[in-house]
Amino acid sequence: MVHRVGAGHPGGSLSAIDMLTALYGHQLRVDPDNPQWGDRDRFIMSKGHASPGVYSILHERGFISEDDMSSYRKLGGTCQGHVDMKWCPGVDFSAGSLGMGLSFGIGCAIAASLDDSNRTAWVMLGDGELQEGQVWEGVMAAVHHEIGNLKVIVDRNGIQNDDFCEVQMRMFDVSEKFASFGWAVMEIDGHDMNEIVNAIDWANQVTDGPACIVMHTIKGKGVSFMENNPKFHGAAPSDEQFELAMEELS
Amino acid sequence: MSAASSGGASRDGYGSALLEMIDDDNVVVLEADLGKSTKSCLFRKEKPSHTVSLGIAEQNMMLVAAGMATSGYVPFASTFAIFTERGFEQVRNGIARPNIVVHICGSHGGIHTGTDGSSAQSIEDLAIYRTLPNMTVIHPCDDISTKALTLSLRHHKNPSYMRTARNKVMRAYTEESANQLEIGKGHVHRTGNDVAIIACGVMLNEAKNAAEILSNNGIEATVVDMHTIKPLDSELVDKLAQECGAIVTAEDHSVIGGLGGAVAECVVSMNPVPIERIGVQDRFGESGGSDELLELLGMKADDIVSAAHRAIERK
Repeated sequence: MVHRVGAGHPGGSLSAIDMLTALYGHQLRVDPDNPQWGDRDRFIMSKGHASPGVYSILHERGFISEDDMSSYRKLGGTCQGHVDMKWCPGVDFSAGSLGMGLSFGIGCAIAASLDDSNRTAWVMLGDGELQEGQVWEGVMAAVHHEIGNLKVIVDRNGIQNDDFCEVQMRMFDVSEKFASFGWAVMEIDGHDMNEIVNAIDWANQVTDGPACIVMHTIKGKGVSFMENNPKFHGAAPSDEQFELAMEELS
Repeated sequence: MSAASSGGASRDGYGSALLEMIDDDNVVVLEADLGKSTKSCLFRKEKPSHTVSLGIAEQNMMLVAAGMATSGYVPFASTFAIFTERGFEQVRNGIARPNIVVHICGSHGGIHTGTDGSSAQSIEDLAIYRTLPNMTVIHPCDDISTKALTLSLRHHKNPSYMRTARNKVMRAYTEESANQLEIGKGHVHRTGNDVAIIACGVMLNEAKNAAEILSNNGIEATVVDMHTIKPLDSELVDKLAQECGAIVTAEDHSVIGGLGGAVAECVVSMNPVPIERIGVQDRFGESGGSDELLELLGMKADDIVSAAHRAIERK
C-alpha cells in the first residue's frame, strides 16, 4: 500500500509487525463485528506512522476491507496517513503526533479499573518517540497510580526520521530507564515469535503496576534493502524495489 | 474594591459545580497539582476514587483525560489557564481533532490574576482554543454563572475550554438568573440603543459601570455578558450591530483573537459597524494589584466609556 501511493512508513511497520501479529492473534479481546465494543482491550499505536502495519493486521482480522486498504493516504480514505480512530474501525487512538499514546493508554486503563473491568490497555511506542518529554510524564504517572492493566511495548528498532537514534539523541539502556521508574521490564528479540508470546504472557502476569516489553527489532525487517536503513523510515519503494520486496517477503 | 469582597470568584463556581456532580459516577476530575487553586480540591476531598492527580505534567493530563473520555467518562481537567497552554498541541491533536469530549478548565486567567506577574497571566488562551475545530470556549464572569455553565457542560457534546479567574468580583447573577444561561447564547444585562458593550469575564463589571457613566451623560448602552466565545452568538451580535450601530468589546485578554477578534470577524461578515476593542493591547502584563493592572492597561470603566464615545463618533 505504501508503494501504491508513493508515500508512507514501511520501515517501522515491518519492525513492529511480528508483535502486532501476536497481539491481534494471541492476546487482544476485540470484536471485528463490533469494533466499538465497550469492554474490548485497547490497542494504542502511539507510533502512528506505522499505520501500514496496523492496517494490514486490521484487514487480516476483518475490521477493514481490501477497498479500505486501497484508500491509504487518499482523500476520504478509511486508512488515513496516520492511524485515526475517527476514520478507521478497530483503531482506538488518533495518533500522528509522537509522545501522546502512553498518556491516552493510562486514561483507558484507569477507566477500566473504575469500571471493575479486566480489560487491558496495550500501548506501542517507538524508540525515537521516547525523546518526547510527555512519555516520561506518563511513565512516572503509571507507576504512581500502580496501573497494573497497562502494558507498553517499545519498538527498539534504533532508527528515527533523520538517522539512527544513536546519532540523533542517545537513549542508552531503555530497559534500565523504565526499570528505574519502577516498571517491570522484559527485553526480547522482537522477531522471535516464541519470545514475543512469552513476553505477552509475562506482561499479563504483572498486575501490581505497569509492565514494559522492550523489543529489539530491525527496521524494515524482511526486506534486504530496507533492513536497518534510515532511508526507509518514511519513504516508499520504487517499482523495482517493490517487486524485490514482495519476492523476499513471500 | 469594597463591592468585590461581597462577590464571588469564577473558580469558586467551578469547584461548586464539580461538587454538585459528585453523585454522577461518570464524572471524573483530573488535576495537575493546582487543585487548591482551581478548586477541584473540593471534589477530590469528597470523591478521591474519581479524582486523578497527575502531578505537574499537563501534557500527560490532557491525554489521560482523552483516554478516560473514550471509555465512557466525562473528564473535567483543570490547571492554570497558562499551563493548559503547555498542552496545547495535546489538546489540538489528542482532544479537539478526534472530537473527544474532555472539559478543560484554565483558572487564574488574564492580568486580573495580579501579583504573580506576567508568567501566570494568560492573555492568549481564548484566542488559541478558539482556533480549534470542535472546541467550545467559555469565559464566565462570576461564581454563580460559572457554576451554572459548568453544570451545563456535563451533557455537552463537544470538548470545551473554560477560563476562570482567581479574584472575586461583584456578582452579576443570582442563582435564578444564572439558570437561564445557555452555552452559546449571550446574556443581555442592560439595554440601550446608542452603543453595545460586549464583555466577558471580570470585564463585565467594568462594562456595567461604564454603562452607568454613559447613561449619566445621556448615552444608553446595551451590556452583554458574552460568556461563550465559541460558538459565538452571532445572531445576537448582528442584532446589536443593527440596533446600536456601534460596538465596544471588553475582555481581560489580548485584543488579538479573543472576544474582540471574534466579534469583529462576525460583524464584518454581516452588517459592519464601528468596533472598539478594550483589552490587553499586544503586550505582556506585570506584577501588581488587579485594579492597578486594569488601570495601567487601559481596561477600566472609564476606558470603556472613552471607547464608546470613539465608536459612536465613527458611526
